[in-house]
Amino acid sequence: MTTLTKTEDAPAPTGPESFLSVRDLKVQFSTEDGIVKAVDGLSFDVERGKTLGIVGESGSGKSVTNLTILGLHSPRSTTVEGEIVLDGKELVTASERELERLRGNKMAMIFQDPLTALSPFYTVGRQLSEPYMKHTGASKKEARDRAVQMLEKVGIPQPKMRFDDYPHQFSGGMRQRAMIAMALMCDPDLLIADEPTTALDVTVQAQILDLLKDLQQEFGSAIIFITHDLGVISTMADDLLVMYAGRAIERGSVREVMREPRHPYTWGLLSSMPRLDSDVDEALTPIPGSPPSLLNPPTGCPFHPRCAFRDEVPGTLCTDTRPSLGDGRAAACHLTAEQKQTIFIDKIQPRLR
Amino acid sequence: MSDNLTLPAQQGPADVTPAEPLLEVQGLTMHFPIYGGFPIKRKVGAVQAVDGVDLTVGVGESVGLVGESGCGKSTTGRLITRLLEPSAGKITYAGRDITHASRREMAPVRSEIQMIFQDPYSSLNPRQTVGTIIKSPMEVNGIEPEGGREKRVRELLELVGLNPEHYNRFPHEFSGGQRQRIGVARALALNPKLIVADEPVSALDVSIQAQVVNLLKKVQEELGIAFLFIAHDLAVVRHFSQRVAVMYLGKVVEVGDRDAIYNRPRHPYTHALLSAVPEVEMDDDAEPRERIRLSGDVPSPIHPPSGCRFRTRCWKAQDKCATEEPPLLQISGNRAGHLTACHFPEEPTTEARDEDVILDPALQALEGSADQG
Ligand SMILES: Nc1ncnc2c1ncn2[C@@H]1O[C@H](COP(=O)(O)OP(=O)(O)OP(=O)(O)O)[C@@H](O)[C@H]1O
Ligand SMILES: Nc1ncnc2c1ncn2[C@@H]1O[C@H](COP(=O)(O)OP(=O)(O)O)[C@@H](O)[C@H]1O
Ligand code: SF4
Ligand code: SF4
Ligand SMILES: [Mg+2]
Ligand SMILES: [Mg+2]
Repeated sequence: MTTLTKTEDAPAPTGPESFLSVRDLKVQFSTEDGIVKAVDGLSFDVERGKTLGIVGESGSGKSVTNLTILGLHSPRSTTVEGEIVLDGKELVTASERELERLRGNKMAMIFQDPLTALSPFYTVGRQLSEPYMKHTGASKKEARDRAVQMLEKVGIPQPKMRFDDYPHQFSGGMRQRAMIAMALMCDPDLLIADEPTTALDVTVQAQILDLLKDLQQEFGSAIIFITHDLGVISTMADDLLVMYAGRAIERGSVREVMREPRHPYTWGLLSSMPRLDSDVDEALTPIPGSPPSLLNPPTGCPFHPRCAFRDEVPGTLCTDTRPSLGDGRAAACHLTAEQKQTIFIDKIQPRLR
Repeated sequence: MSDNLTLPAQQGPADVTPAEPLLEVQGLTMHFPIYGGFPIKRKVGAVQAVDGVDLTVGVGESVGLVGESGCGKSTTGRLITRLLEPSAGKITYAGRDITHASRREMAPVRSEIQMIFQDPYSSLNPRQTVGTIIKSPMEVNGIEPEGGREKRVRELLELVGLNPEHYNRFPHEFSGGQRQRIGVARALALNPKLIVADEPVSALDVSIQAQVVNLLKKVQEELGIAFLFIAHDLAVVRHFSQRVAVMYLGKVVEVGDRDAIYNRPRHPYTHALLSAVPEVEMDDDAEPRERIRLSGDVPSPIHPPSGCRFRTRCWKAQDKCATEEPPLLQISGNRAGHLTACHFPEEPTTEARDEDVILDPALQALEGSADQG
């Protein structure tokens, strides 16, 4: 274990030139049971050529955030507030037409389940080439060549022959590859991958993750990579956003957040999962309780009902005041910087061995 | 490396006291028939879901079963708990052959072998109270514990970390982790000696999994219950199991104690599996791990490759691998209890190699390395 000795002040991952910038995003759904605050004041930036990882447990608002960026939320029951600026263009107020144009062109997505994105009724080739023709005005032949080239790039064997296959004729791993090929057809500047390997086997996952990394090198796209798996995120991302109950609770470079986490929830995540080299005689340290309801989120710090360190914060701050997330490397928690460091070094770090 | 010594398979790894066998499985086979044809349906093939599995679980021992989707882990678990009738092979429980035991013959054994399922949502009857759910195995088996069934249920609720007052509540009032605890309480109701746990934490949220893993470990250690722990998460399995069996396409390809499988693996597939686990890098001076990237997916169990089933994705495959099926043996260099089914095994280390093994054609092209291992 690298022992931490001094605080390093990290450069802020934010920058005026950031390619995608999300500011104070709020997404609410009205349901029969009440208002669900799925995303509640989220801000982040993504730079060109970089990968922003978003981790958090299920229901923390990861998917809603990204569907909102893509403009794929259902407008009727959903309220969106805040700003999403992609390469200078405001998306929250953009028309459905504009979003539609941006979606196949500037931004593309890769979902967890390829079957939701690929239609069973059309051949894989057609699903790759038609949007390309529409967006670029390419001829049928050009589109076909491009599709075959992309299928080859993502590792579909005999792409010329497989072009006319239907998705069900592909295995799970091949479908995920086809979806990556589809997402890359128009050379998007922003790629959103929502749990793209969660449904895959670990050996296939390793192939797909490496493939995405290698392709990013070649295409230079910015990637938002969403997952609940800390291992996956630490191999994929440059910067990291940890979400809890619709909010970002910690931000920094992957390395900073993994090696020197500052938020009690992040500590909990890291110490609850065994690793391939952890001590098997040590019991895991679970996070007590269960994830919060977004219908009725806890007051103050949303993590307070499960937090073991709130006694270290004076008064009732944790239960009545929402801690804010500063700029750059930051954690939304009332503990002082010094407390965060001492607790981590004394109590958390020894468990991570 | 082909000078495999054919040593007799020995029981019990060196650093674990050899446990008395509780469950012994030999040549366990399940071929699900595939029907087709018109107008008369007839058998046109078979899914070779499990094909000659040998496995031993000692008294109070926890054995992990890992492998990729569809390799036959759940089917093996369902055969052992006799939810499925095997096509061939032998299952011995506490010295008795239960392979084809009838319902009545199974009765005394049935209560001793319990199962915990993956999905805490669908495995509990939504219309029954928690009390009724946990009590039902006692009722079905006509067991009347001292102090009555209700008292026993309350004890069990307490044991699994639930409030005994929840006796009259319904499953939907509980979170996923709590429902899985109810499933554990139900499995414990009859004082089992063996629990087959099929992916007991994979449906749970990351922050909840550790709660259930700790509970199962407590149950295993304190009550001395043997476990067959089926999971695809290799780190969780390592944490939970003293011994681990690795399956590929219906067969056990390697088995051994925790150290053998995780630090001294010999089978190329075990190497590939371990190297694919994405890990949080906590340590700057950690030994770099080997990088192996297979190509393609697992072949279909309807037409498994001849000889060694892994050969279509194996970087060490030679002609012999296509013609001769490698037996599961304590090959030369393995410690006692460490068995490997491979003609040309790997070195017993997981450290980085001089050159990565990259079989995936797309990765090869992008990384410009056509070298293979
Ligand atoms: N009732 C059935 N009829 C036909 N084939 C079946 C049946 N049950 C399972 N199979 C097949 O047997 C093989 C092994 O299935 P099994 O459920 O044991 O896999 P597993 O290792 O548990 O996979 P997973 O990790 O996805 O749970 C698969 O190819 C599966 O499709
Ligand atoms: N269309 C919808 N209507 C109501 N609630 C929704 C809808 N979509 C998502 N939610 C809720 O929003 C929250 C965040 O969901 P999501 O972003 O999908 O989480 P995750 O982090 O697992 O991707 C959850 O509580 C979910 O139930
Ligand atoms: S603000 Fe208080 S309750 Fe929230 S994480 Fe920090 S210490 Fe815990
Ligand atoms: S027997 Fe041959 S094909 Fe099978 S794992 Fe060993 S070397 Fe590879
Ligand atoms: Mg999601
Ligand atoms: Mg299964």
